[in-house]
Parts: sequence; structure tokens; C-alpha cells
Amino acid sequence: MSWEVVIGLEVHCQLNTDTKAFCGCSTTFGAEPNTQTCPVCLGMPGQLPVLNAVAVDKTILTGLAINAHINLESKFDRKNYFYPDLPKGYQISQFAVPIVEGGYIDIPTKDGGEKRLGVTRIHMEEDAGKSMHEGLDAVSHIDLNRSGVPLMEIVSEPDMRSADEAIAYLKQLHQLIRFLGVSDADMEKGQFRCDANVSVRRPGEPFGTRTEMKNMNSFRFIKQAIEFEVLRQIEIIEDGGAVVQESRLWDSVKSESRSMRSKEEAHDYRYFPEPDLPPLRVSQQDVDAIKAGMPELPGQLRKRFEIEYGLSSYDADVLTQTLETAAWYESLVAAHPADPKRCANWMANELLGRLNETGKDLAESPVSAARLATLLDRIGDNSVSGKAAKDVLDAMMESDDSADAIIEAKGLKQVSDSGAIDAIIKEVMAANPAQVEGYRGGKDKLMGFFVGQVMKASRGTANPGMVNQRLKELLKG
Amino acid sequence: MDIDVKKVAMLSRIRLTDEEATELGPQLSNIIGYVEQLGEIDTDGIAPTAHPHDAAMPLRANVVTNTNRREELQASAPKIESGLYVVPKVIE
Repeated sequence: MSWEVVIGLEVHCQLNTDTKAFCGCSTTFGAEPNTQTCPVCLGMPGQLPVLNAVAVDKTILTGLAINAHINLESKFDRKNYFYPDLPKGYQISQFAVPIVEGGYIDIPTKDGGEKRLGVTRIHMEEDAGKSMHEGLDAVSHIDLNRSGVPLMEIVSEPDMRSADEAIAYLKQLHQLIRFLGVSDADMEKGQFRCDANVSVRRPGEPFGTRTEMKNMNSFRFIKQAIEFEVLRQIEIIEDGGAVVQESRLWDSVKSESRSMRSKEEAHDYRYFPEPDLPPLRVSQQDVDAIKAGMPELPGQLRKRFEIEYGLSSYDADVLTQTLETAAWYESLVAAHPADPKRCANWMANELLGRLNETGKDLAESPVSAARLATLLDRIGDNSVSGKAAKDVLDAMMESDDSADAIIEAKGLKQVSDSGAIDAIIKEVMAANPAQVEGYRGGKDKLMGFFVGQVMKASRGTANPGMVNQRLKELLKG
Repeated sequence: MDIDVKKVAMLSRIRLTDEEATELGPQLSNIIGYVEQLGEIDTDGIAPTAHPHDAAMPLRANVVTNTNRREELQASAPKIESGLYVVPKVIE
């Protein structure tokens, strides 16, 4: 009998506000330690928090983008937490009444359909500072620059049934958040991190006991951690044991997880209402205004690319992965408006492929949209064949020379002169009399052989359309 | 009401001797019992009160107003190294 996997995800996402959630300290990443702190985020006695208005707007915008309900009145609570990276001794969070409730994210399924995954809630809270232990004996070092940076915690329903679905949800959410501009969501900087609640059960039975994999910030590690945890739980149950509800930490070096017993003992958060903050009230007009300013979302942009530029859904998907990619494509189309599909092919397959191989991203591309457009112009006016153009692009990646200069220097200018092409064809026919006889005897498949030989003899410069046409003519005899 | 005084003390990071725990147990139970009288009040039809003042939360503009005051703010810390607070090892 098979096992069913049940996964729910909690995503902590840093909002990209200029200042912290409850004080006027800067949130700039990478500053000298403890230079962006004040009595409020240091938890000095008698200090009062005042919530950042933009953090509220960004959380509401995110809620609207997942079709959730916005609570016009929400509340803040204290979550007891005794670690030195949050010196107040508690985290200000929203427990009883979060600002956003309900909502969903649709992920693509293998059969080309969609699966709807529920979002339970999004609440606002503050980040903790950074603890460093490496190379230290008996002590830890604390940097509180991050203490008080605004976070959204996005909690899903336990709707995922595989690690792949969990990753699809996270990628969709990550892309959405970047499109909304509410967070930089740089996973390496910990601006988008995930806790995964994982359990297994026999299909149709109630949920099994879950464990929580804490604080992961790479799609690859999250997938590995979930898969490891599923196997671990199945093994325990099949051996007659019981899964213990606990928090676990993924060790990406050893590719295994371990129990976080230290955290378990103190797992009693004892939430209570934050007495320093009255209820947060927003008006329906404010919510409507935020909704009116909603930018184009990934799904809408993808649809627009399909309709406006006639792209396949695959190309539209590749070219709308990030706002930067989409903007690059649109500037390419602006520079080569004759053929948006050609723009898509060359950008998605040729340029992005080459950048990928060299580990560069689009922003570092040695070929700008304007330069690539001049090459596409030459393909369009038959000055260069598509095949030869790939060699030209290779050269453009290595130098600042124009497409025309490279075509000229490498002798790749496409030959569309029928006299010159006929001459090459005749040479090829003379060198392969047996094949000519075979073709004339009915072996039509030999056409491919002749096209290949002619293209080779012309070093790829012969216009393939004309080669086909002239070959048919001349081979008739 | 019976209270696990040792557990509450651990959660609050307060160190208690066995004698203190024994003494505090009945006292805490008394306090809880007193407060529990609130449960007898009929609150049907009354909206929950989130805050004693019926005020909405004022918000702050998203503008940096604090400058680097590290030296001053760290003056009272027991130990600093290269601008970092030094604390007993946090085991994870």
C-alpha cells in the first residue's frame, strides 16, 4: 500500500522597506554590524514601537495578489522568545487576527492543468538579528542590524502532496513577490526562507504526525530536505515506530536532518496581545487604492506575451520568469519589431543558453538587446543564415564588434545568388555520381544528403531555401 | 488549579529553588483562581476588546530617522568584539 505525503509551508519574506517595522532604523543589507540599531530594536526598556506604513501597504498588496481577504482591523501579539538575537525577549507578530486571511496560488501540473493551493494567512512580524557561532568557543556574536526588519509570514494550507508541488508553490510565490516589488526575495541573503511541515499517511486516513523542517533558503535544499524527511518518516512507521512531533534542521553538507531538541523544550510561545500597539485599522478606500495600483502579475504578463507577440506558452513562460527578462525581451522587440517570434527564439534559446553556460545572468550579458537586434535584422534580410548567425552570436559574446563586421570578417554573408549556388550544386553532383543516380532512381531521402553537402561546401553561407529549390531543379536532370 | 511552577519558571527564564517553587505554587493558583472569576461574566454579544484605548494605531513614515549611535548604545553591554555583542554560546 502506498503512502501519501502531506506538506504545508511557512514562508518568511523580508519586506524591502527603507526602514524597520517599528522604528526609523535603516534596513540596508551588509552594513557594519550594529550600526543600524536604536533603543526600540535593541529592546531597551520604555521604548514604544510605531508600525511602518509601507510595510502595511506591501502586505495588503501581497494579500490582494493571492485573492485573499484583507482584515480591515487586525491585531498584534507578543510571541515569547528567549534568544539574544531578539533582545526584547519577544517577537512582535500577529497571532489572533492577521491582516490577510484566505487566498490561493495556482501551480501548473504535469498534465498541463492547474492545481489550486490554499494560503491560510499572511501576518506581519519582525525579523531577529543574526547570531554567529563559527570559529567561536563558548560564545556567540550578535549583530542586531536585522533585528526589527519587517517580515511577512505566508502560511499555506497542508495542500501539497509532493516535494515537487512544494517547490512549484514556492517558485510561484517567489516570482509573484518579485513582480509585486514588495521584497527583493534574495534567497542567499535570507530574504525569502521557508519552514516545511511534513507528514505521511495512508490515502484517506487522517493526517499523520508532522515534523517541521526549519529555515531553509534554497529550492534545492528544500526539495532534498522534504524528500529525506518523507523517507525517514515512512521508515519509522513501517518499522512499527511513531513519528515524534518536533522541529528539525537540514544539514546541506551531510544531506540529512537532525532534531532541534534545544528549541523543542521552549516551544511554548505563550502569545498574548501586544499592549504597546492598538489595533491596526485600514480603510476599504486604502485597500481599493492599493488594488488599483497593482502591477501586471506573472500570469497576466505571460498571457499578454502569447497574444501580443504570438509566442508559444513555453516561450512566454521562459521570457516572463523575471521582470528583468521580460523588459529585456520587450526592448529586443522594440529594436527588431519585424519578427517578435524570432526575437523570442534567439533570446530564449541562443542568448540565455550561452549566458547559462558561462554562469552569467542577463544583466551581465555582453550582447545588449540593441546588438542582438542588428543580428536578427541580418537574418531577416537574408544576409546571414540562421545557422551561420549562431557563429556570429558566439563571436559577439567575445567581442564588441558589430554583427555586420563579424559577418564580413568571417565570410559568413549568406549567398542568395542562384548562379553561385548552382555552381556549388554542380560540384557536389559531380563528386557524388552514385547518389545522383540513386536519387533519380527514386531514393527521395537522399535530398537531405545533398542539402548537407551543399551547405558544407558553402561553409554554411548558402541560403537554405534557395539550395532546396535549386537542388530539386538540377537533380531532375 | 494546579500549576507546574518549575515549567513556568523555565519558560520565563527564572531560576527557583524547590522551596520557592513549593511556596509559589499555591500563591499562583490563588491568583489564577481570582482572575478566573472573569469567566463567569456573560459576554455574549459583546465584541472582544483588543486594547483598552479605543484608538487606531498611528503609523510611521518609511523614512530613515536614526543615525549610527553604535558606540553610545553599546556602552552598557558587558562585552563587545569588533562591534558585535558577545553572549554565552547559543546552541542550535
